Amino acid sequence: MNKPVPPVVPAASHHAGADTNVQKERTVAVIGNPNTGKSTLFTALTGVHSRIGNYPGVTVEKKLGWFHHEGRQIRLVDLPGTYSLSPRTIDEMVSVDVLLGRQREVGSIDAVVCIADASNLERNLYLVSQVLDLGLPTVLVLNMWDVAQSREIKIDIVELSRRLGIPVVACEAHRRKQLDDVRSAIVQVSQIPRAPTPDLFPSVFREESTRLRAEIVQLGHPELPGYLVERLLLDVGGQLEIELTKQHPDGLSTRLTEARERLNSAGCRIPSIEAKVRYGWVRQLLSGVMTTPRVRPVTWTDTLDRWLTHKVWGLVVFSVIMFLVFQCISTIAEPLMKVFETGQKEVGQAVGSLLPFGPLRSLLVDGVIAGVGGILVFLPQICFLFLFIALLEDCGYMARAAFLMDKLMTKVGLSGKSFVPLMSSFACAIPGIMATRTIESRRDRMVTILIAPLMSCSARAPVYWLMVAAFFPPISWAGGWLTLHGLMLFIMTFFGAFVAVPLAWLFKKTLFKGETPPFVMELPLYKWPSPRIVLHRVYDRASSFVVRAGTLILATSILIWFASYFPGSHATEERIQTKIQQAETLFAPQLKQQAELTRQREEQAEAAEQVAKIDEQLKELDVQLTPLTFLLDERNKISEKLLTGSYLGQLGQLIEPAVKPLGWDWRIGVGVIASFPAREVIVATLGTIYSLGGDVDEHSSGLQSALRSATWPDGRPVYSIPVAMSIMVFFALCAQCASTLMVIRRETNHWGWAAFTFTYMTALAYVGAWLAFQITSLIVG
Amino acid sequence: MTLDELRVGQQARIVEVQGSDGIAIRLMEMGLTDGEEISLIGFAPLGDPIEFEIRGYRLSLRKTEAMRVTIDCAGT
Repeated sequence: MNKPVPPVVPAASHHAGADTNVQKERTVAVIGNPNTGKSTLFTALTGVHSRIGNYPGVTVEKKLGWFHHEGRQIRLVDLPGTYSLSPRTIDEMVSVDVLLGRQREVGSIDAVVCIADASNLERNLYLVSQVLDLGLPTVLVLNMWDVAQSREIKIDIVELSRRLGIPVVACEAHRRKQLDDVRSAIVQVSQIPRAPTPDLFPSVFREESTRLRAEIVQLGHPELPGYLVERLLLDVGGQLEIELTKQHPDGLSTRLTEARERLNSAGCRIPSIEAKVRYGWVRQLLSGVMTTPRVRPVTWTDTLDRWLTHKVWGLVVFSVIMFLVFQCISTIAEPLMKVFETGQKEVGQAVGSLLPFGPLRSLLVDGVIAGVGGILVFLPQICFLFLFIALLEDCGYMARAAFLMDKLMTKVGLSGKSFVPLMSSFACAIPGIMATRTIESRRDRMVTILIAPLMSCSARAPVYWLMVAAFFPPISWAGGWLTLHGLMLFIMTFFGAFVAVPLAWLFKKTLFKGETPPFVMELPLYKWPSPRIVLHRVYDRASSFVVRAGTLILATSILIWFASYFPGSHATEERIQTKIQQAETLFAPQLKQQAELTRQREEQAEAAEQVAKIDEQLKELDVQLTPLTFLLDERNKISEKLLTGSYLGQLGQLIEPAVKPLGWDWRIGVGVIASFPAREVIVATLGTIYSLGGDVDEHSSGLQSALRSATWPDGRPVYSIPVAMSIMVFFALCAQCASTLMVIRRETNHWGWAAFTFTYMTALAYVGAWLAFQITSLIVG
Repeated sequence: MTLDELRVGQQARIVEVQGSDGIAIRLMEMGLTDGEEISLIGFAPLGDPIEFEIRGYRLSLRKTEAMRVTIDCAGT
């Protein structure tokens, strides 16, 4: 075959009568095996005209798209990639229900586009054979035509179309070739009914199926479509059997067993008969239509694969790739996050300078702008992680990563496919949870989602830094290569993952019981990732995060702002604030000099003489700045009092008995409550509580010494190593991230799972913090 | 013998997939039907899963799944 892509072959002649329905929108379902470029084709056909949602009660994504072609409007429904139409889970049932027009939100289906990998046609035709049994008008799209040609596979499209009785179109979706042919075939086929396909199963099967159909009606159940009755007979322990035997506990399961036994004794073995007849049909269909080279040519993907799955080099390359991904995130995404943070501060200041002090200004600056900033700050990480994940997925490496890591992950009851989502969660749980969409098994996916927030994300680091720097002695070993601080940070970073191991095991044994799902996975050919597809996917995930999770994060931030602002009167605070502003303008030159000197002092920390000189100058400046310092102190004292009297402060004092066993006073309690929407807030909140103002960071020595000098009413210091440990363990295990909870709700399509994650992690954090406090007290005290 | 006992590069003919549960159905759907030729490409670095070639594509199976496939090495 010398032509790059052969033309469309229409299978049926065009009916004139079809034109009566010109204006009506037609609904066409798109189905195909995984790794056939189905999503690529969907995106290429519909472009920006698509909408994503969820089907009720399941985790399946509902993807709809529209296109207009030859004067007709077509609505495409993208179904999840699958190897067969035999539903074993609720999620798999969705595709069957949509195709049979039983999914109310989609309505009836006018036609099906079945997409197949031209370089792997034999296995892909198994699904096609099942789809044809539905009796709907169908188009077969042979995608990756170029790959098939490079592997010297020859397919006679004209003959294939004639034998199948449906249009067959060759296409290269990732290069956007022959898309109009696909559109024309869809439009054409959706206007006319299709002639029924010959029955592949032996007549004894047909008889049993008719009999069972009648028996189900006798049991008082509405009549099932013929295809579902066949599925019920064939899928031993499948979703239909589970649903129907639950609805009709009397009689259905005996009748089903009897029917299967009769079939078995008639030589029609259930379930193997299906694979036998369908693959037999495929073999017959392809004989004389497709020729493959006797010896498969060794391609570059074979050579590459030998290295990438090699005993030693495979793991080396894998580690290097993972390391590079995380290195890139920290060198590119983190500075960008800083930019967002600074931007948020600057916008806050700009808005602040335009408005007089008061509740409105505080709401805008401390509530709305801080809330929006809290959402945007995650964007760089989400975009970068998804860029890498999409690249690895699109080029075919992701399946190899799962292949390499599977053995390791089975130790905790998961599969290799959970590795990358969990690894990503070390940067941020949000993209990690979104990345679980590649896990087919619902149980594995749910367990992965539930434990992903335990991986130590980057927002936990500030808390660890602050506590370790303030309360652990700067001991070092091995000539300074190993420090206690470094060791503690390392331990805390992996603490959550360590706790996740028994939890994953526990969830698998209790909430998600059942047989281990098979790890039957195709290892697709390597290919160059398509920039368009990769960018589209990144955009998809990022926008869905901002729109869906964003609104709720904003609401939570405003709620916390409200609780910390009211009911006190802020009049005095605002008056002092105005004075501070005036004083700052007045002392502007001194303040500038102070900042400059502090910078110089840090640079010349080695030269004692210079430092002493600078210190003297700084002292002098301090004296000049006394009026400002006085005002700041005053403001901080009032802020502290206001916070103490606010709803949040009252709540903190109310819960003090509950946090006392953890070694905390009510101030830490308030800090922890305030940081439930976003854990990184704790450092700023502690700053406010300890009268330093909200603008501190974890390296602020002022905050460190304030923490060290905080005391209980009887004079004992509040903070000690056990308290620091208890706080760190609490932050390591607690679900203090509204965004993560929103994403869990979105991905599981249920509030219950977000609530469950929140409850189990908070309980775990409380118990963990208590244990940490008690154990460390025993060791240190 | 069963599929997990093959050596790297060796080819065999499938006799039967044992059982009638979800795993057996999935294996058959993926094209592991009686009489079909299958060859072992390699093992993952930690010894499991195993990469096979069947019907012109690459498939990864765990040892426990491969053990359920009876094969015949003779004649290939």
